[in-house]
Amino acid sequence: MSAARKDAKKGGSWLGAYVLVYLVFLYLPVLLIPLFSFNDSIQAAFPLQGFTFEWYTTLSGNSALSGALANSLVIGAIAATGATLCGITVSYMDLFGRSPLAATISAIARLPILIPGVIVGISLLILVNLIGFGPSRTAIVLGHILVALPTTVVIMKSRFAAIPKTIHEAALDLGASDWTTFRRVMLPLSLPAIVSAFMLAFLTSFDEFIVAFFLAGTEPTLPLYIWSQLRFPKSLPTVMALGTAILAVSFVIAAIAEILRHRGLAAAQRPVPANLSKPEETERGELQWHST
Amino acid sequence: MSTIVARQPLPESRSSTGFRLAMLLPGGLVTFFLILFALGLVVFLALRGNDGSLLGAGFTFANFITVASDPLYWTVTLRSLAIAGLVTLATVVTAYPVAYYLAFHAGRRRGLLLFLVTLPFWTSYLLRVFAWKIVLAYNGVLNSALVESGIWSEPTLAFLNTPAAVVVTLAHAYAPFAILPIYVALDTIPKSLLEAASDLGARPFTSFRRVVLPNSMPGVLAAALVVFVPTVGDYVTPALVGGPASTMIGSLIQAQFGKANDWPFGAALAVAVMLVILAVVLVVRSADRRFGSRT
Repeated sequence: MSAARKDAKKGGSWLGAYVLVYLVFLYLPVLLIPLFSFNDSIQAAFPLQGFTFEWYTTLSGNSALSGALANSLVIGAIAATGATLCGITVSYMDLFGRSPLAATISAIARLPILIPGVIVGISLLILVNLIGFGPSRTAIVLGHILVALPTTVVIMKSRFAAIPKTIHEAALDLGASDWTTFRRVMLPLSLPAIVSAFMLAFLTSFDEFIVAFFLAGTEPTLPLYIWSQLRFPKSLPTVMALGTAILAVSFVIAAIAEILRHRGLAAAQRPVPANLSKPEETERGELQWHST
Repeated sequence: MSTIVARQPLPESRSSTGFRLAMLLPGGLVTFFLILFALGLVVFLALRGNDGSLLGAGFTFANFITVASDPLYWTVTLRSLAIAGLVTLATVVTAYPVAYYLAFHAGRRRGLLLFLVTLPFWTSYLLRVFAWKIVLAYNGVLNSALVESGIWSEPTLAFLNTPAAVVVTLAHAYAPFAILPIYVALDTIPKSLLEAASDLGARPFTSFRRVVLPNSMPGVLAAALVVFVPTVGDYVTPALVGGPASTMIGSLIQAQFGKANDWPFGAALAVAVMLVILAVVLVVRSADRRFGSRT
């Protein structure tokens, strides 16, 4: 027994070393971007030429860049709102709606995982041309809602499923309408997951290139701006400075979203029968307050 | 008891119809209009002739006949399948030990490691590909490091603009996709199964081969699918690091909606890609059933 455990331990340490190497492979190429963004040379090559902030100073006062940034922020915020709203309603109805239509919608909402971005892009390009507004920021918003939808649906579904069924039933038993149960009970309980879904949807949109490429009119997003700059070797250091800023923002937002999601899930799994009475009582009190 | 009371049609039925309608509306609009109707438009357009107008003219199978008969499209499709297949194989095989470690050995570090392997998922795909371009370029990171350290005397052109560069870049870009499904499958294997195997005298490798691996196959297949689908249609990586010898089917579709400006033909290519993906999904499904899916 102890020998077997030792064996397992040894296997574990070999695996641990492998995981370390894997993580280095995962992060090293990406971390080269910040490294060379401070390098005083147009070439991204060794040996390093000295430290400079020059490339970061070229970022300010660039109107094309700030326009693209503004577009990305606006599109990201609207698309994330849309995708989160759809994620909440689709997963809620899938779990509590008891209808085949809701289940079908939920299944189709996860379909974009099985469609390559290029096909999402062209299908929406045809659609927006048919509707009449053509490639535009609105078109990109629609595309990004689709791209982010599977993420928001999966996050919200796992959150709603983690809330003890008794809470949902108790609210209905006590006379709360469907709407009140949803708005006063289920939504507040899943707030961390909602914020997390919104942030991840925002990141998805903010970094998305493949679909936006087809749907952009005259106003590019940040990734499209980067793409347009990749053709000019001279602007590569500037792209690396911009990329570093984007990576830093993405890391921070993803970290916060991840922490929120875990907090939410941990909080959901807490009410075991022994201390179930407490949260339920406050919930009940609030419900009665609002239904009278 | 409580469920019976909850189903009493008293206050529920009053708000029910309006509530259900409001709740189904956003998702219904997006799924039926933006997904199903838009995909339907692609199929419709694929059956039309190109006359420069938005929806083409007349019904024809000419687009599909060209796709099926021109050897160029066969070459590019087979190349896309080969590249996506290699990328899928590479990501799944390299991700499996990581998922295994996370499920069985990570202990208290599990949360942090899970976060670290999923973090790249949320960073810009374009930047990840761009990073490989500066690594592989002629006067790039890899060449300069090799020359600088004296391993090679001259930089080589052999890295960039090859199908191999596309495979490495895509495998790196989609690596985070593969770990999570495998990890979930491994993590949900009942621990009693492993104990039973070792109690019955199975050596660690036997119990891995006969118990863990078959039980984790649904996760492996799911991982293979989520890596295969975006890679088979990719056009960014071939454009940035692939060169002309690694044009993929996604590049051709993009060209039809761009420079070549033959939307109906591009739509036909897209339908062909969707059929290929459908075939792969069906194969994966039947394999999944053979391994006794638990999902």
